Amino acid sequence: MNRFDYIRPASVPEAVEAAAVPGSTYLAAGTNLLDLMKGGAARPERVIDITRLPGLDRIEWLPDGSVRVGALVRNSDLAYDDRFARTFPAVAEALLSGASAQLRNAATVGGNLMQRTRCAYFHDLASACNRRAPGSGCDAREGENRLHAVLGWSEHCIATHPSDFCVPLVALDAVAEVAGAHGAREIPVDALHVLPGATPEQETALAPGELIVSLRIPAEAAAFARNARYLKLRERTSFAFAVVSVAAALEMEAGAIRKARIALGGIAAKPWRAREAEVSLEGAEANPEAFAKAAEMALAEARPSGDNAFKIELARRIVARALTLALDGTPEAMPALPASPFSTTPGANHAA
Amino acid sequence: MGYHMSLSIRLTINGLKREIALDDPRVTLLDLLRERLHLTGTKKGCDRGQCGACTVLVDGRRINSCLSLAASLDGAEITTIEGLADGEDLHPVQAAFIAHDGFQCGYCTPGQIMSAVGLISEGNAGDDPERIRELMSGNICRCGAYQGITEAVLEAQKDLAERNRRDAA
Repeated sequence: MNRFDYIRPASVPEAVEAAAVPGSTYLAAGTNLLDLMKGGAARPERVIDITRLPGLDRIEWLPDGSVRVGALVRNSDLAYDDRFARTFPAVAEALLSGASAQLRNAATVGGNLMQRTRCAYFHDLASACNRRAPGSGCDAREGENRLHAVLGWSEHCIATHPSDFCVPLVALDAVAEVAGAHGAREIPVDALHVLPGATPEQETALAPGELIVSLRIPAEAAAFARNARYLKLRERTSFAFAVVSVAAALEMEAGAIRKARIALGGIAAKPWRAREAEVSLEGAEANPEAFAKAAEMALAEARPSGDNAFKIELARRIVARALTLALDGTPEAMPALPASPFSTTPGANHAA
Repeated sequence: MGYHMSLSIRLTINGLKREIALDDPRVTLLDLLRERLHLTGTKKGCDRGQCGACTVLVDGRRINSCLSLAASLDGAEITTIEGLADGEDLHPVQAAFIAHDGFQCGYCTPGQIMSAVGLISEGNAGDDPERIRELMSGNICRCGAYQGITEAVLEAQKDLAERNRRDAA
């Protein structure tokens, strides 16, 4: 780990001022940042510890029914918050499908939004990586790339975004509330992470020094509470990143679909909202044909970036199955294996 | 605070208040415990948050001490494996690990035990072995003592619940 200056501001304005100096990075729990610093993929000169900033550790319900979650709320505290989990069950399920209990106890909401790709070439300093070292090339293109992106990738970068949490957030139109040197602003989570194009080093829409202070999930998202699931295919049952994951939510009315939300994880450099597929379901009868069509539309633009063509068909099936599970209804209790296709939740169709 | 200065932090470790001068902000809680305070019960396995050998309780919550900057934890209360037993009396989780052969080589055991203590106080597993396994997935045991570990956690949880009932009565 490189040497750095450790700075502990007492307020958000102080933090933003400290981070205006080039070479600065914010530290919350550090579960991702310290890992990157130990490997040398991150080498900040100044570490701005935001864990003491006041007021960012609250879950606050607003009069209109939306919720504001402080950037320092720990993943486990949010997932196990009764009202939150009842209102946004797919978000709670996604949180509990990620990492391990120890990491969830530490990791924060803001840190999860800001986590970096797990592409091995990004982490390995001996490899070329345009994201870590712009212009150096992309060793993943000709490397071990069976888990890399199938949507939105470019010749410059085929990395995926690793978050589970962000997938239902994007599906539910969540918004990041941001503080910066030029004041406060809001960024939809869907616009927070950006596709690589020719500048994969530009990972988010944040300006240098901007700080996510909270996350807001709109009241309309609560309409999906009864039919919302997160489904995550992993290479082992627990403590693994998604090969492919899907957040699926339905608002049902008299047996027909009133509204649908679909977002995919593990397949692009950002959580992937499938808006056309959602529209195809609106007003439709909820049946396997409609779900298969939506899955087809969600992956219509997908193409392999390497040895990963299998992920496209896998993603279609996971979309259809997540929609089927959502239609079956949000389980009364969190499944023992959250988001797992091996979960013993009644109603799971293992052949879908 | 910042800029090359030496950092002084306060931690309560296993009930003992300590004032610690850090000459380098890079020190993780794990390295502080092992290399500077010589509390070597907490183990370094992967040092990257993947194996769980370094699990300790910070303010009562289990976390990976390898991925925590000590400086950032100023004021916290830390419990390590050394702080569990009451004199010669083992903590119920320690006793259950012995009773159920919850280890072979023992290297992962302090982390497993601290993780189990955290899991039981979180109270989300009930008596479902599948939930116990899922919530212990942040602790790897390369000897493969998982069967014994799961049984030990179930028994210790029951034991602690009975003690709490007795204490409340």
